[in-house]
Amino acid sequence: MAKVKAMVSDLVRIVAQAFSARRRQRFFSMAAASFAVVLLVAACAVSQEDLPQADSGAASSTSSSDSSITVYTALEDDQIGGYLESFKAQNPDINVNIVRDSTGIITAKLLAEADNPQADVVWGTAASSLLVAEEKGLLEPYAPAGLDAVNPKFRDDANPPQWVGIDVWMSAFCVNTVESEKLGLPIPKGWADLTNPVYKGHIVMSNPASSGTGFLSVSTILQNSASEEAGWAYLDKLHENIAQYMHSGSRPCKAAGAGEFPIGISFGYRAVSQKNDGEPIEPVFPIEGSGWDVEANALIKKAEIKDAAKTFLDWAISPVVSKKYAENFAITAVKTDVPAPAGFPTDPVAQLADNDLRWAAANRERILAEWTKRYDAKSEPKS
Amino acid sequence: MTPTSSPRPLRIDRTRAIDAEAWIMRFFLTLGALWLLVGVVLPLIPMVGRSFRDNSGAWVGLANYWQYLTTPSLVQSFINSLTVALTTTLLACGLGFIYAYALTRTAMPGKQVFRTLGLLSLYIPPLAVAIGLIFLFGNQGLMTTGLFGSLPGWNINLYGFNGIVIGEFLYCFPQAVIILMTALNLTDARLYEAAEVLGASTVKTFFTVTLPSVKYGLVSAIFVCFILAFTDFGVPKVVGGNFNVLATDIYKQVIGQQNFAMGATISVFLLLPSVLAFGIDRIVQRRQTALVSAKSVPLQPKPNPALDRAMFAFCALVAGFAIAVFATIILASLVRVWPYDLSLSLKNYDFGGVGGGGYRAYWNSIRMSLYTAIFGTVIVFIGAYLVEKGRGLAWLRSAKYVLSTIPLALPGLVLGLSYVFFFNNPIWRIPFTGMAIYNPFKGLYGTMALLVIVNIIHFYTVCFLTATTALKQIDPEFEAVSASMAVPFYKTFWRVTVPLSLPAILEIGIYFFVNAMVTISAIIFLYPANLPLAAVAIVNMDDAGDISAAAAMSTLIVATSLGVRLLYSWLTRGMRARSEAWLSR
Repeated sequence: MAKVKAMVSDLVRIVAQAFSARRRQRFFSMAAASFAVVLLVAACAVSQEDLPQADSGAASSTSSSDSSITVYTALEDDQIGGYLESFKAQNPDINVNIVRDSTGIITAKLLAEADNPQADVVWGTAASSLLVAEEKGLLEPYAPAGLDAVNPKFRDDANPPQWVGIDVWMSAFCVNTVESEKLGLPIPKGWADLTNPVYKGHIVMSNPASSGTGFLSVSTILQNSASEEAGWAYLDKLHENIAQYMHSGSRPCKAAGAGEFPIGISFGYRAVSQKNDGEPIEPVFPIEGSGWDVEANALIKKAEIKDAAKTFLDWAISPVVSKKYAENFAITAVKTDVPAPAGFPTDPVAQLADNDLRWAAANRERILAEWTKRYDAKSEPKS
Repeated sequence: MTPTSSPRPLRIDRTRAIDAEAWIMRFFLTLGALWLLVGVVLPLIPMVGRSFRDNSGAWVGLANYWQYLTTPSLVQSFINSLTVALTTTLLACGLGFIYAYALTRTAMPGKQVFRTLGLLSLYIPPLAVAIGLIFLFGNQGLMTTGLFGSLPGWNINLYGFNGIVIGEFLYCFPQAVIILMTALNLTDARLYEAAEVLGASTVKTFFTVTLPSVKYGLVSAIFVCFILAFTDFGVPKVVGGNFNVLATDIYKQVIGQQNFAMGATISVFLLLPSVLAFGIDRIVQRRQTALVSAKSVPLQPKPNPALDRAMFAFCALVAGFAIAVFATIILASLVRVWPYDLSLSLKNYDFGGVGGGGYRAYWNSIRMSLYTAIFGTVIVFIGAYLVEKGRGLAWLRSAKYVLSTIPLALPGLVLGLSYVFFFNNPIWRIPFTGMAIYNPFKGLYGTMALLVIVNIIHFYTVCFLTATTALKQIDPEFEAVSASMAVPFYKTFWRVTVPLSLPAILEIGIYFFVNAMVTISAIIFLYPANLPLAAVAIVNMDDAGDISAAAAMSTLIVATSLGVRLLYSWLTRGMRARSEAWLSR
């Protein structure tokens, strides 16, 4: 009996020790912390039945009459206000939030936000970028009112289309007349002229690996040469004359405008508007034809597609705003009676070279890998 | 009551008080760790995860790494990045040390002015630095053409290595100066007196007293400059020409080709040298001891005409360079068509005809920067205090130190995208389990709060290192004495630590403010449609060809940062005088 008593008292002592003030405190704090974590996770946990539904939340699209929409656009910042005037007049109760950035950033943003799209509508963003978004299943096909008026060359073939164009932009050379004269350079007329050795070190173009404009030029050259090999052979020769491949579509033209380099391979709108701003720039549309891309609109696939988004897309190809586009772009998807802005070719559609946007999208990775291997890999060593 | 029974309750009270204190400290340590976990670690998981998947999300293991390693341009880009980073570090830390030394240890005139001007290039938005450099050293630049032919020209071959190093130098120099100034500020005059009495020469004193005493700051500055120059893409993007570096490789993949998988892979490569630099930093820091002991006597720089004059000339030269870049930007904001129509006008400050949000963006930026400065300073300083002076939970404090230095190694582009992936995802999948939880932070996406958080994290490390440098130099005896007198740590913190560290705290606040004003890379993915920001507006205006308007907005930003700095030092003059009184007794 005494033995049992001793054992019990030992046991009591051990237990008491185990739960001595310090240990007890540590034990309770651990328990409390684990409990809090468990509670938090449980509160946030998605039940297994909900999971597939949560994944395809976009599929069960419902309409909503919320009157505030977010629009992602790569249109030039200074044009947007003018375009939106007529939309605001027609739809005073719809609040439009514009996010404007370069094509690369807008596309990266769209793709990065794929899990929970923020934009309702994409407006005036390169079709070749929208093809990437389409491939990822981020777009909701929609046929805006007035679709018949859109030139079929400048919209998605599918019905209803994934994207619908509003205008066309094309590649052009920005030639600085003052610097060309100083250096005694003739004004180039087309792509063939640019390989003339007199231009060595005087030409800048966009890097196709970082800029859509650069890719446009390269893919058009490849598509319009006798064969792809011939295209690469031409690019080899052009490379000899290139001073720099720049990381933006507009920068070559800006560099030309500031006289940093006499010739920049960029795009038409840029060349014409810089000339109009008083820079000594001569826009040259190559005689062989310009590379081109469509600036297009699309509806974003998300759980709740707003009516206002569709209203916006209907408006964005309406004749009223198309006339506004035509003041800046020589070619609009909806034909208007506005003449091409000064500085553009008189028949701008004839200026367009052959360009299959889908071919370009499908072969993009291959072309860029080859281009990088040939030209970018010879990254300039330390000078 | 008998006299013998009275000490008993007292002792119990004290243990309880100390216990409560320890718990408060643990609570804050845990809170700080949670903040870094949510701000740094968790967002990186989906980002790094992408480097093991292809672009459509299928698991590919190390295929991306293999593909990148077998790309012929990688080795060149890597070597280029290293050369740029090493050269910049050498220049920025070398010149930064002399500059900081002149400001803290000499009796040179005009210290207050140089203190402000030394940080000038930090106030200039990166794109504006590029514009300034092109207008100064480009093919049509003022220096290259010798003021358009009126003087002999000097062509430095801007595009490529030279341009990148100059740009990175302007970016890194102020950061080195901030850290080194903090290190040089706190010292013990008795050491110098001893050296003098023992007959040590000035040179010997410099190498045996000065240099060892700032070793910690110097290593931190080298660490910071190296990593900043290694990971920055703003400068090489514009003036890099065909000189490829790793950071522009990321830009090409993410923005040019929307290839997030490859972008994530290169980011991991970018992290490697940073981790290495971090390891070295840690080893060196282990032997750091406090410099300001409770018995310290502050050092009063003695006039030394020759040295003072030489230092003045040096500082004028370095500050003059930053001023020249800024002046060029102001000029660019006033001319009509550079360089063909140099007539001046103020129309570029109207922002009516250009996009980007104009003055609304400007006010938003000020608001965001203010929040960043206030919350950032509080969070960083308390965080650094707990890591440096905290007791208990040693492993958590080391972990917090490591986490606090990671943000430096993350290019803004990577940080911004990680935040999109993490905060905008309604459902998180826990890797390797079938489980998923709802994202409790989803509501933050697209708000001012998330912009402030990303800014605080983006600039966390330099502020953290500045705070740690200041804290390490305060003698632990202060805490020991307080503790033995049963003064709770938060009282010591408020009454001793904060006043002693006030110069560093003010420096941190300004650093947050000016960086938030000019930063682009991280927030460009995060800013919502209804919150246009000035730095983003600069990029957009430049994109649209309105270089003059972009320069005008940059000038406004620089003027604001300068103004805030002056206002700040004027308002805190009294506070500083009081807190520095002990320095000049």
